[in-house]
Amino acid sequence: MRIGVVQFPGSNDERDAVWALEQLGADAELLWHGDAGLRDVDAVVLPGGFSYGDYLRCGAIARFSPVMGSVVSFAGDGGLVLGICNGFQVLCEAGLLPGALVRNEGLSFICEPVQLRVETNDSAFFTRAEAGDVLTIPIKHGEGRYVADLSVVKEMEDNGQIVLRYVDDSGEVTSEANPNGAIDNIAGVSNAEGNVFGLMPHPEHAVDASAGIRSADGAVILGSLIDAVIGAEA
Amino acid sequence: MSLTGLDLALSLALTKDEYDRIVSTLGREPNAAELAMYAAMWSEHCSYKSSKVHLKTLPTEGPHIVMGPGENAGVVDIGDGLVAVFKLESHNHPSAVEPVQGAATGVGGIVRDILATGARPVALLDPLRFGEPDTWRNRWLLGGVVSGISQYGNSIGIPTVGGETKFDPTYAGNPLVNVMCIGIATADHIQRARASGPGNIGVLMGAKTGRDGIGGVSVLASRPFDAEAEAKRPSVQVGDPFEEKILIEACLELIDRGLLVGLQDLGGAGLCCATSETASRGDVGMEVDLDAVPLRETDMEPFEILTSESQERMFAIVEPANVDAVVDACRRWGVPAVPVARVTEGEALVVRHRGEVVVNVPARSLADEGPTYERPTYRPSWIDVLRKDDPMALPAPEDLGEALLKVLASPNIASKRWVWRQYDYLVQHNTLAGPGEDAALIRIEGTNRALAVSTDGNGRFGQLDPRLGAMHAVAEAARNVACTGARPLAVTNCLNFGNPERPDVMWQFAEAVAGMGEACRAFGTPVTGGNVSFYNETDGDSIHPTPIIGMLGILEDTAKQVDIAFKTEGDVIVLLGETMPELGGSEYAWVLHRHLGGAPPEIDLDHEKALQDLLVALADELLVASAHDVSEGGLGVCLAESAIAGGIGATIERFLDDDEMHGWLFSESAGRVVVTCAQKDLAKIRKRAGELPLTVLGTVGGESLRIDGILELPLIDVADAFEESFSRSLA
Repeated sequence: MRIGVVQFPGSNDERDAVWALEQLGADAELLWHGDAGLRDVDAVVLPGGFSYGDYLRCGAIARFSPVMGSVVSFAGDGGLVLGICNGFQVLCEAGLLPGALVRNEGLSFICEPVQLRVETNDSAFFTRAEAGDVLTIPIKHGEGRYVADLSVVKEMEDNGQIVLRYVDDSGEVTSEANPNGAIDNIAGVSNAEGNVFGLMPHPEHAVDASAGIRSADGAVILGSLIDAVIGAEA
Repeated sequence: MSLTGLDLALSLALTKDEYDRIVSTLGREPNAAELAMYAAMWSEHCSYKSSKVHLKTLPTEGPHIVMGPGENAGVVDIGDGLVAVFKLESHNHPSAVEPVQGAATGVGGIVRDILATGARPVALLDPLRFGEPDTWRNRWLLGGVVSGISQYGNSIGIPTVGGETKFDPTYAGNPLVNVMCIGIATADHIQRARASGPGNIGVLMGAKTGRDGIGGVSVLASRPFDAEAEAKRPSVQVGDPFEEKILIEACLELIDRGLLVGLQDLGGAGLCCATSETASRGDVGMEVDLDAVPLRETDMEPFEILTSESQERMFAIVEPANVDAVVDACRRWGVPAVPVARVTEGEALVVRHRGEVVVNVPARSLADEGPTYERPTYRPSWIDVLRKDDPMALPAPEDLGEALLKVLASPNIASKRWVWRQYDYLVQHNTLAGPGEDAALIRIEGTNRALAVSTDGNGRFGQLDPRLGAMHAVAEAARNVACTGARPLAVTNCLNFGNPERPDVMWQFAEAVAGMGEACRAFGTPVTGGNVSFYNETDGDSIHPTPIIGMLGILEDTAKQVDIAFKTEGDVIVLLGETMPELGGSEYAWVLHRHLGGAPPEIDLDHEKALQDLLVALADELLVASAHDVSEGGLGVCLAESAIAGGIGATIERFLDDDEMHGWLFSESAGRVVVTCAQKDLAKIRKRAGELPLTVLGTVGGESLRIDGILELPLIDVADAFEESFSRSLA
């Protein structure tokens, strides 16, 4: 069982993702952006950072890298793909997920813990959660405001593709709880098939309750992914 | 360039004496390119010509010091075959002129210094000083600097884990932007910034060389700052964090594969500095081919190519057999790498441009044989007037609760969350304590130990007594590190002062260096390097002397980390150290009376050292639930911060008469830490403390901060003043 974490030039959280997956018992390895092959990994993570500097539009260049052609085919064959922060942006640019991520409403970069409500556990990334659970995981981004046409949002809602929303202490969707102005407080979405999932918060920075923001809630997401990969093997 | 000879030298900020010295070294008149190189290398910024004689007095050696001053950064043994590398630098003038790029390139520069030693950069801290945020200009500078640090630091994947942001009118025209970087390397990968082995090749890696930043070290950093400052904007470099990020990864791969003989960053004075310093340190000569240097513009003059401060460049010394491997590895990362120089026998730095020799000078004369000045010092008499003006004589506030809320809301005290939420303090997943704690803690990956880091400096104390001010900076930094349970190890510094050609400023500098040295000797924390920033003045007004200390420590067991938050109802609150009625230079005097005067608090260095040792022992024996340094704002602020962090109040006994309580509550006496502990552990702590003064102040609990018969403030109001005031003041 192996999980590949793609390293683009400008990726920053790729070692963090490998480390977090290993903490949770997985075998994880880096995949180089310039190599088309995925080396037979069982799942792919696109990590956070600023791929290629993100000077044009976040993720806009990364989608053209050799590795992304393989990731698109892998996803098309039902392979599990998780995009975190910049990885989420890349997945949107690559057309694997609907919508786009634009500059935060407040214009500043924000690094802080947020609370996320699990809207549905009906995918491989949330088998360790129940719908309604609230997870504390950090965000750190300047361009994390999720946008999509209202008709697309409606369709995603109906399909159960809106997976995570920013919520307040009591688990309610409020504008105060929305850190970046994302439409309808959306923090993470999946594709219709449920095998591709992207989120702005960083689960890999919430697996160790003695460090960082002192939360291990990110293990719910990464652990579910590991369970799914092991389950598929068994 | 139409000027020649002495006229050109003077226009480049060299003096007549310095020009004569160059002529005598060369035995002839220098040409324009050579003069530009001497002007850059002999600038105050590069040569430390005014500060050297004083810096020599600092303690630099210790059993755990691997490399001290003279290399790119200090290197400290942290066990397990690992070393920590750290340095603090200023980017004050560029940031005053263009805050976003000035701060961003400040981050980029210090990161390359750490990288040059072979270490992966693991943390950044930013000690910043601005004028008070009540004018649009000061807010613009603050916003720009924070944005520059955020854009650059976040993009290169290095967590910004601490620092300080403070305000005083003294910095309005000349803000301070200091940046500290810490790296970790395996001991056998440490790189020396020196060339060796004639025949070896100098490879220039990274960005193309352009016309940006020419004269950065001489025009911007080494001259008085005045109303013409805006016109100096073209001397500020422009940063590209993506170039830096891939350059970092490429260099780390080259180091890991053992492909390099030496490595040097290109910062101030660019290629001129990198080639002359590496050659001089290695006792060799070097031939440089400017036609091989990748340029942004084709028609650049030799002096421009040599002194350009274009960012994101490194210079590696490579054995001929490894050059192809180095170039290939760089290409894989998208980093251009081009052989531009060759190490030679002898000592000459020979530079060719379009086939002709344009520079031929001894490398050592540029790098190590610049002038040294023993500038006159004079203790100014105004300091006596200032020191007689003791704020204890000012009327005590009628309502101490209201006074405490005012101090908590001051931009110097209030939470700077608005600043640090713009910094990625989590990347690299080793941040055990980040912004808002006394010191940052960075886990040393693969071990259960952590590095502790704090930066501190108090310009008001420096103005009232530069020697004592510097001692306070060292003592506070060490206390902050010890509060986490970590043992202070070593010091770096950035010494921010006015114009060294003024005897009163030079006196402040000499006093501060002496004070810093005395404290570092007492604590056993050698000075591993640092940076001097002179000419911090506006229209003739110097800033307060502001030595910033960066203290590195080590926590032996991450499970024993201590933080500032009150934990459990009923825990005992204990003050270690003694409170004297010392309000000179205090935040209280400034906030309530706009007063700066009197003497700074006294320091007993033996007591400070005993207190540090005690804190490390208490943490190791798991006897304390929290520990928090008492400094700016005094005990009231210290108690409030721990209560807010823990979300639980406190009840404090009353010790003095009403009219003396403000001296107690707001005193900034040194050598104090507030710890909390379980009732059952109090006796053990008393025993451990021995003769060190210890006072039980009260107990943790409730939803207010209460001092018997003096004040009672709901915690929610205390938190509002502390947490929200700063962002409100910027709105």
